[in-house]
Amino acid sequence: MAIPAERPGDAPNQGASPGKRPTNKQTPWTDDKAQPYIRIERVTKKFGDFVAVNDVSLSVYRGEIFCLLGGSGCGKTTLLRMLAGFEQPTSGQLFIDGVDMSDVPPYERPVNMMFQSYALFPHMTVEQNVAFGLKQEGLPRAEIETRVGEMLSMVKLQEFTKRKPHQLSGGQRQRVALARSLVKRPKVLLLDEPLGALDKKLREHTQFELVNIQEKLGVTFMVVTHDQEEAMTLASRIGVMNQGRIVQTGTPHEIYEFPSSRFVSEFIGSVNMFEGRLLEDEPDYVRIASPDLESTIYVDHGISAASGATVWAAIRPEKIEIATSRPLSQQNVAQGVVQEIAYMGDSSVYLVRLASGKVVRVTQPNIRRHDEEAVTWDQTVYLHWHPSSPVIVTE
Amino acid sequence: MSKPSYVLLGERLAMGVGQLFTTLSKSPPYRWSSGVLRRFGVTGRTTVIAIPWIWLLLFFLIPFVIVLKISFAETRWLGTPPYTPLIEHVNNQYQLRLNTGNYWFLLKESLYFEAFLSSLRVASISTIFCLLLGYPMAYAIARADTSWRNILLMLVILPFWTSFLLRVYAWIGLLGNNGVINRMLISIGIIDEPIIMLQTDFAMYIGIVYSYLPFMILPLYANLEKHDLSLIEAAVDLGCKPWKAFLKITLPLSMPGVIAGSMLVFIPAVGEFVIPRMLGGTDSLMIGRVLWDEFFSNRNWPVASAVAVALLIVLVIPIMVFQRFQAREVGAAR
Amino acid sequence: MNKRSTTLMTALVFGFAFLYVPILSMIVFSFNESRLVTVWGGFSFKWYGQLMNNGPMLDAAVLSLKIAAVTACGATVIGTLAGLVLARFGRFRSRTIFSGMVTAPLVMPEVITGLSLLLLFVAFADLPFVPNERGFSTIAIAHITLTLSYVTVVVQSRLSTMDDSLEEAAMDLGARPAKVFFAITLPIIAPAMISGWLLAFTLSLDDLVIATFTAGPATNTLPMMIFSTVRRGITPEINALATIMVAIVTLFVAIAGISMSRQEKRRQRDVQMAIAANK
Repeated sequence: MAIPAERPGDAPNQGASPGKRPTNKQTPWTDDKAQPYIRIERVTKKFGDFVAVNDVSLSVYRGEIFCLLGGSGCGKTTLLRMLAGFEQPTSGQLFIDGVDMSDVPPYERPVNMMFQSYALFPHMTVEQNVAFGLKQEGLPRAEIETRVGEMLSMVKLQEFTKRKPHQLSGGQRQRVALARSLVKRPKVLLLDEPLGALDKKLREHTQFELVNIQEKLGVTFMVVTHDQEEAMTLASRIGVMNQGRIVQTGTPHEIYEFPSSRFVSEFIGSVNMFEGRLLEDEPDYVRIASPDLESTIYVDHGISAASGATVWAAIRPEKIEIATSRPLSQQNVAQGVVQEIAYMGDSSVYLVRLASGKVVRVTQPNIRRHDEEAVTWDQTVYLHWHPSSPVIVTE
Repeated sequence: MSKPSYVLLGERLAMGVGQLFTTLSKSPPYRWSSGVLRRFGVTGRTTVIAIPWIWLLLFFLIPFVIVLKISFAETRWLGTPPYTPLIEHVNNQYQLRLNTGNYWFLLKESLYFEAFLSSLRVASISTIFCLLLGYPMAYAIARADTSWRNILLMLVILPFWTSFLLRVYAWIGLLGNNGVINRMLISIGIIDEPIIMLQTDFAMYIGIVYSYLPFMILPLYANLEKHDLSLIEAAVDLGCKPWKAFLKITLPLSMPGVIAGSMLVFIPAVGEFVIPRMLGGTDSLMIGRVLWDEFFSNRNWPVASAVAVALLIVLVIPIMVFQRFQAREVGAAR
Repeated sequence: MNKRSTTLMTALVFGFAFLYVPILSMIVFSFNESRLVTVWGGFSFKWYGQLMNNGPMLDAAVLSLKIAAVTACGATVIGTLAGLVLARFGRFRSRTIFSGMVTAPLVMPEVITGLSLLLLFVAFADLPFVPNERGFSTIAIAHITLTLSYVTVVVQSRLSTMDDSLEEAAMDLGARPAKVFFAITLPIIAPAMISGWLLAFTLSLDDLVIATFTAGPATNTLPMMIFSTVRRGITPEINALATIMVAIVTLFVAIAGISMSRQEKRRQRDVQMAIAANK
C-alpha cells in the first residue's frame, strides 16, 4: 500500500494504512544517509535526433515500489529497458547496488524484467518456463525443483506445472511471468505495464497480490505504467515523466495533493485550473484574483512567486462543495449553473458553468440513497472550498 | 501432450546443443581466445555475419568478377581454359590485356540487340499475363475462409514441387499437332486442320506464364493477406461502391506486392532459356538461348561472358527495385 | 458477396485448371498402352516397368536426390544465419551489400549464375577449397548458393513476425546469445526452417540450367537426363516418372496437412479449455 505521509519531512505515519504494519524504514528517501539501491545519474538516450530520455537522475531505495508514470512517448519504457540492459544510454550512468552497469550485458545483471506481453516461451511448460532462469545459473536439479515449486505455490499455480502457455488464461500467464522473474531472487524487478492486459476486477485483485509478494520477498520493484490508478495503488513513490524528463517525484499523496507544476496537476486525476494574478503574497497566506471568479481565491499558505505574477490555482473536484444557498464567506466562492450530472454510483460528477463561461468539475459522494433536495440540472448553485484546498502552481 | 515425438526430439536436441554452447562458453580457453579475438573486432556476432558473407563473396560475387574479366579476353580455340589471360607476365612486366572486341561485336551484330529487345518484350508481356491471372487468384485465396486458404495455397504450390521440366514437357503433349487440344477440337468439329501451336511464341508465353505463376501469386497473397478488411468496410459504410473501394484502397495498398511479384517474374524471365528452347520456335529469340548457344555450341566463352555482363547491366535497375520492395514486404529491420 | 465473388471464382477455377491440366494429362497418359503420348491405346503399366529398368535414368535420379539433400542442409544452415542477421542484427557496416548479395540470387537469371560459377571453378581449379573435378561437389555448391536466398527470405519473414521480447526475456533470465538462439528462437522458427529445407530441396532437384553449367562431362542429373531425352523424342516413360513424382509429393503434402490440422485442432481445444477454466 502506498505509504502515506502528511507532509514531506514529517515523521512516518504511525497510524497505519489498513493492512500494513508500520516500520521504521518506510521513507528512506528522506534519510540523508541512506544509500540508493538504483542510482540513475544524468542518463540521456537519443535515437538519432530524437531524445527519448533527457538528462534523468533518480534514486530508488531498497525495498521500494517505484512507479514511472507518464503518457506514451514520455520515455519511461526506454528508461526501464536501459536498466534491464536492452538499450545503452547515450550518456550518463546507471548503478545497481553501487555497481556501474555500463558494460554489463542483460544476462549478467542482477535485474529481472516482467514484460508487458509476458513473453512466456510457448514451447515450454509452466515449470520449464519458471526453471529457465535457474538453469542458466547452473544450479543442481534438486534445488531448481524446490525453488520452482515454492514460487509456483506463492503465485498459486501449483496445479498448472505441466501446462503450456496457450493453455492458460491471461491472469494465469501473468502469474507465470511473475514467478519466472522472481524465482532468481533478483535485486531489482522491472515491470512493464504489469496490469495493462487484465480486466478491471482482476486488475484490482492483482494489484494487492503484487504488493503482498513484494513485501514477502523484499525485492525492489520498478514499475512503468500509464495508468494513474495502478501507480497510486502500487507505488511507494511515483516519478511522473513527460517528454523524457522526470517532472516530479514523490509519494502518491504528495503527487496528488502537492503537484509541482501544471502538467502534474492536470495529469493525475482531474483538476480545475483557475488562472489568476497574485494580489497579496504573505508568508502565511496568498490572495489571487481570477477573471473566472467574482470573488478572490484565498489560500492559507504562502508560496514563493513574484508579486503580480501569473499563477494557477489547482483545485481538485472532490475538494469543492456545492450549496444551494449562497455561503457567507466573501472569498473562495463561485456561482454557477449545473450543466451536466454524471451518476457514477458511488459518487456523482457535476459540471457547473460559471458566469465567466468556465466549466468547473465537482465530485460529491452520494451519501443518501434518495435525496429529495439533491442538486439537479439547470439549478443555480454556489461552489465553495476550504482555503487549504487550492494548490498554487506557477508553470 | 500435443507435439509429435520427432518434433519433441528436435527441440530437446536444440536445447542440448544450446546447453553445450553455454558450458563451453564459460570455459577458460574460450574466454581467453574470445578476448583476444574481440581485440580484432571479431565477436560471436561477427562470426554469424561472416559465414553467409564469405560464402556469398566466394560463390556469388567473385564469380561475377571473373565473368567480367573473361568478357575482356579473347577466344583461344585450343587452350584450356579456352580464353586468354587478363594479366600476362611478359619480359618481367605485368601487362593488362583488355580486349573490348567482344563488346563491339555485341553492338555491331544486330542479332544480340534484337535478342535483348525480344527478351524484354517477352518478359514484360509474360509478367502482365501472370499479373492478370495471378492477382484475382491471390485475391480470391486471401479473401477465402481460413480453413480453405491453406488448402488453396497448397494447391498453388504443389505443381511447383513437381518437376518443372516435366510440366513444360506436358505442354508439348497438349499443344502438338497431334496433341490433346488439337485432337479434341477436331473431333468436336470446330476446326478441320490442327492449329499450329508448338514452336511458336504463343506456346512460349503459355510455358512462361505457367511456370512463373506461383511466383506471382505468393508475394501477392502475402501482401493481400495482411490487409485490414475494416478499411474496405469503412469505405463502403461511407457510401463508396465496392469496385471503387477496391481501386482506391486495396489496389494501392497491394502495390508493393505487385511490384515484388512482377520483378520476381520479369527478371528471371528475361534470361529464360529452357522454355523458349522447348516450346518456342527458331525465330523466338531470347537472350538466354543466345548465351547458351554461344557457350555450348560456339564454345566462345568470352562472348558468352560479354553477353552475361550486358544482361546484368540491363537488369541492374529492376533488381534494385525488387530488393527495395522485397525488403519492405518481409519486414523492416530494427 | 455475390457478383464480385463469381468473377473471383471463375478466375480461381480457370487458374487451377491451367495449372493442373498438363499434370493430369501426363498422369493419364502414363498408363497409356500405346507409345504415342496423345492417342489412348489402352490401360497398361508397361512404362513403369520400363522406367524401373532404365538404369541411367535411375542413377541420375539417385544422384539428383543426393545432391538435393546436401544442398537443402547446407542452404538451411547458411540461409538461416543470413535470415537471422537481416532480421535481428540491426544496422551494421556492410549491411546493404550483404542484403543485396543475399537477395540477388532470387531473381538472377540462371544462365548468369551458372556461367559465372563454372568460370569460377575453371579459373580456380588449383586452389585447395575448390573442387578439381566438376561433378557432385560443384553442383552442390552452386545449388546451395542459389537456394540459400529462398531459405533466408522464409526465415527472415518468420523472424520479423515473431515476438522478439521472447528473446529479450531469455537474455534477461541469464541466457547468453547463443543459448537464446538454440533454446528459444530455433524451436519457434523450426517450421519455417523446415519449409526452407523443402524449398531448397525442390529447387535443387528441379534445376537444369545451373547443373548443366557446373556438372562435369561424366555427371548426369535427373533434369539433365530428362532434357536430353525430350530433345531426342518423347517417350511415355517420362510420363511415368512425372506421375511417380506427383504421387510422392501429394502423399507427403497430405500427411503434413493432416498432421498440421490435427495439431491446430488440439491447440484450439486447449485455448478453449483455458478460457473456460478462467481463474
